[in-house]
Amino acid sequence: MSGGASRRGAWLAWVVQALLVLAVVAGAFWVVHHALEVLRARGVRSGFDFLAEPAGFSISEGWLDFDASQPFWRAFVAGLINTVRASVPAAIFSVVLGTLIGIGRLAPHVLLRGICTAYVELLRNVPLLVQLLMLAFAMANLLPDPTEPLRLLPGVWLSKGGLSVPWPASGEGGWWPTHFEWPEKGDFGVSGGAALSPEYVTIVAGLSFYSAAFVAEIVRAGILSVSQGQVLAGQALGLTSVQQLRIVILPQALRVIVPSLTNQLLSLTKNSSLAVAVGYPELVSVANTTIGSNGRAFECIAIIMAVYLLLSLVISFGMNRYNARVALRGWR
Amino acid sequence: MKSRFRPALAAAASVVALAAAAPAFAGKTLDAVKQRGTVKCGVTNGVAGFSAPDTQGNWSGLDVDTCRAIAAAVLGDPKKVDFVPLNSQQRFSALQAGEIDILARNTTWTLTRDASLGFNFTTITYYDGQGFLVPKKLKVTSAKQLKNATICTQSGTTNEKNVSDYFRAQNIPVKTVVFESFEASFKAFFSGRCQAFTTDASALAGLRNKEAPNPDDYVILPELISKEPLAPLVRRGDDEWFAIAKWVPNALIEAEEFGVTQANADDLKANSKDPGQQRLVGTGEDLGKLLGLDKDWSFRAIKAVGNYGEMFERNVGPKSVLKLPRGSNNLWNKGGLIYAPPVR
Amino acid sequence: MRNVAQGPIAWRSELWGSPLRALATVVLIALLAWGGFHVIEWGVVHAVFRADAEACRAVQHGACWGVVAEKWRPMLFGRFPYEEQWRPAIAVVVLSAVTVLSAWPRSWRWWLLPLWAVALLLFVLLMRGGALGLHAVPTSRWGGLPLTIGLAVVGLALAFPLALLLALGRRSGWPVVRTLSASYIELVRGVPLISVLFMASFLLPLLWPAGWQPDVLVRVLAGLALFVAAYLAEIIRGGLQAVPRGQTEVAMALGFGRWPVQRDIVLPQALRLVVPALTNNVVGTLKDTSLVTVVGLFELTGALGLALGGDPTWRPFYLEGYLFIAAVYWVLCFGLSRYSVWLERRLASAPT
Repeated sequence: MSGGASRRGAWLAWVVQALLVLAVVAGAFWVVHHALEVLRARGVRSGFDFLAEPAGFSISEGWLDFDASQPFWRAFVAGLINTVRASVPAAIFSVVLGTLIGIGRLAPHVLLRGICTAYVELLRNVPLLVQLLMLAFAMANLLPDPTEPLRLLPGVWLSKGGLSVPWPASGEGGWWPTHFEWPEKGDFGVSGGAALSPEYVTIVAGLSFYSAAFVAEIVRAGILSVSQGQVLAGQALGLTSVQQLRIVILPQALRVIVPSLTNQLLSLTKNSSLAVAVGYPELVSVANTTIGSNGRAFECIAIIMAVYLLLSLVISFGMNRYNARVALRGWR
Repeated sequence: MKSRFRPALAAAASVVALAAAAPAFAGKTLDAVKQRGTVKCGVTNGVAGFSAPDTQGNWSGLDVDTCRAIAAAVLGDPKKVDFVPLNSQQRFSALQAGEIDILARNTTWTLTRDASLGFNFTTITYYDGQGFLVPKKLKVTSAKQLKNATICTQSGTTNEKNVSDYFRAQNIPVKTVVFESFEASFKAFFSGRCQAFTTDASALAGLRNKEAPNPDDYVILPELISKEPLAPLVRRGDDEWFAIAKWVPNALIEAEEFGVTQANADDLKANSKDPGQQRLVGTGEDLGKLLGLDKDWSFRAIKAVGNYGEMFERNVGPKSVLKLPRGSNNLWNKGGLIYAPPVR
Repeated sequence: MRNVAQGPIAWRSELWGSPLRALATVVLIALLAWGGFHVIEWGVVHAVFRADAEACRAVQHGACWGVVAEKWRPMLFGRFPYEEQWRPAIAVVVLSAVTVLSAWPRSWRWWLLPLWAVALLLFVLLMRGGALGLHAVPTSRWGGLPLTIGLAVVGLALAFPLALLLALGRRSGWPVVRTLSASYIELVRGVPLISVLFMASFLLPLLWPAGWQPDVLVRVLAGLALFVAAYLAEIIRGGLQAVPRGQTEVAMALGFGRWPVQRDIVLPQALRLVVPALTNNVVGTLKDTSLVTVVGLFELTGALGLALGGDPTWRPFYLEGYLFIAAVYWVLCFGLSRYSVWLERRLASAPT
């Protein structure tokens, strides 16, 4: 192309891009402005000032004690802590279980292969929501009544109210735990100690089993991607199957596994938002309750989106660091 | 023009077009209803006695009858109602957005809802209170004995807040387990997850009779821990529709006061000499004109659903599934709280 | 591991070849037998197949398949008016037929797109009515299986053009376009679908001039399409990246313009490369439609809640209801993933 035409072409490109930026920014402003106007015309109050007001509802479980007199922002923090509290164990379980099942799918034993394949195909093709609802239903009907709990071990009780275990507790006004608090069987059930509620067990188990099916596929694809030559060399060196897996195959498979695994972990974190359907009070559930009590839909949804974006960024960042470590040097 | 510029210009053009559409405020609801030919009534997903569908999809209940009365008054036909089931998260935004004309969904009238959501509450159709349902085998006779009990309730309702307030005031520790839907919360209670269930006492009666595996195994505790006046709501800024939504139920209450029933309305229309009755059946002064309706607005409403007493008997009274006594919901001159400003 | 012999002859040595394997076989067979025995006992032997609630309650350790016999219509069709339920049934058949037809690569001719348009039109006409003598049924009454399939199909159809734009935009030479596309994709991929559905359901009405209400279904479709587009865009981008640069260079050298190169040469190859990932996404979208229950549209999962929730006679038998809809989902999703394997093999062996 001649010099004049390309210069003109480049200049035109920048003008159009500048106009595009202007259009997007103007569009965003207009959207917000219009929405606020409509809300104002309807007499609906908006703004983030509600975060400082007392919430008026309580959150029944979690690491952060929350009762009705505390402000809304603390409710959201408690919800976020509950999200993390459910996602992290689920992530660990699903990776462990998924790896085992993925390896099992490639085992030299037809029954084992069949069972693992059946697991993967069964759980991957049914929506997570349906699986969670089924688990919740099973929990509600199979566990014993809270007034007649099952004593598994001294101090460990299992009932519809949850699994109660002894937990360190601090004395009056102290910070550090001074003694163990043992769960006691009362009139209404087991109180004291720490309890894993059925809702918590449902969401962690549901997420773990579901994600494990996907992790199994990812691990299987990773193992299959290791070139045959490596496997044969390992066999020739006299390594057992387990040693081959551990020393030769898995480290190389990790390169293929880690990016897909990142995606899957992000997906698991976002799927924890379904806990609202089984009664576990995590972030989306808290936001739902808030919307129901003061109508601030826009603000609450914006908070949910911002928090999940932050979580996704943190997980992506962490996994990318790990990915960099397992990547082949010089191939990055 | 070069093809790559077209998408950008299209985007710019559409933004300008959208900006030009000025945010016009909601037109008059009455005109919209008349034009559409139906009243859009927001109701529950299925609360026995207030708004519940049968397997064929036919709705019945106290709130359903209120909407039918309004449709009869405005459009002449009580069947011209479109019932929109809403869960407790969507109910307010649906009304705000204009998806429904009136929300008759056993909603409690509170200051927060009145002042910050942009709504007006119309006539109170049921004076309720919040109570507890417990299994008899727990041998609990009062809510104050519920120390360390687990209580199931629905999230985002006044019920949740009231339970927190009550037990904090009594200094009794309890654990609440909240579920998103009403159905999930009472399912959890009946399956044994919680020792007590709390919601409006009117709903408790229906639940026990309809949903419990064995109704005699459960008892409603005597305490009513809050006031729950249930009233339909409409959007702010439309005084005309607000007046109609308020005065149709008022007319039904007056009808019970003056002895006008579904059965005798025609007869009274032909023969009554009582000015109070005449106003209600459309032979007295034309009050409908002042509301934007015609003369027979209250007559049609009464013919459609009966007076307040008949509505009550049919849906929640002793002969219905709920078997609730009139109690506070009796007329003011019979010892209750139901009092309508005079229709004149 | 890949060189292991296949087939029943190999199984003998796999199962009984060594003491460890024999032990594993015995243990697994024992477990399977115990589990299988209990499942068959519960699901077939003691089960009640008639629509009889009394019989169901009387039987303690048996499944109550009668709940499916009694309630399959509200479960599959939601709140659609009872007498008109033949309409959604035909609508589902129409859409499924066109989908199955499109599954054959031989049918990828010029007439496929117009055929899809006709099928979609027929679907909307059957569901909505209001013309040709059919009663009008508002979209709030649509539900069950037709809604699941309709949402998935229309959502994907709407998302695909947007995804193409985003994928091309993210690879564009213009920094502004690239940044905008990348930001949109990363933003949407970082948030859960529930929040996008809430956003669409609560906030879209605020943007329209009040007085004109967008339908609930329209809002949910908009949210779903915007969400799926971001994921599809990443898949398409992966495909675009995998097409060798040589293709573009040769085409440009031959005198093709920039846009025809993308349209006629790069895109077809890119899409062919990512067929498995695309079908994975289709399966995922089908499963994601179960979430619209939280914004008030009663697709298959929500319709189950409606069918059993309001009916105390049948409510104890929720498990059988769940198993029924899980089976429906499983058939659809497993079918799609098997199809994807078949298609991948077929495309790999066919000349490009």
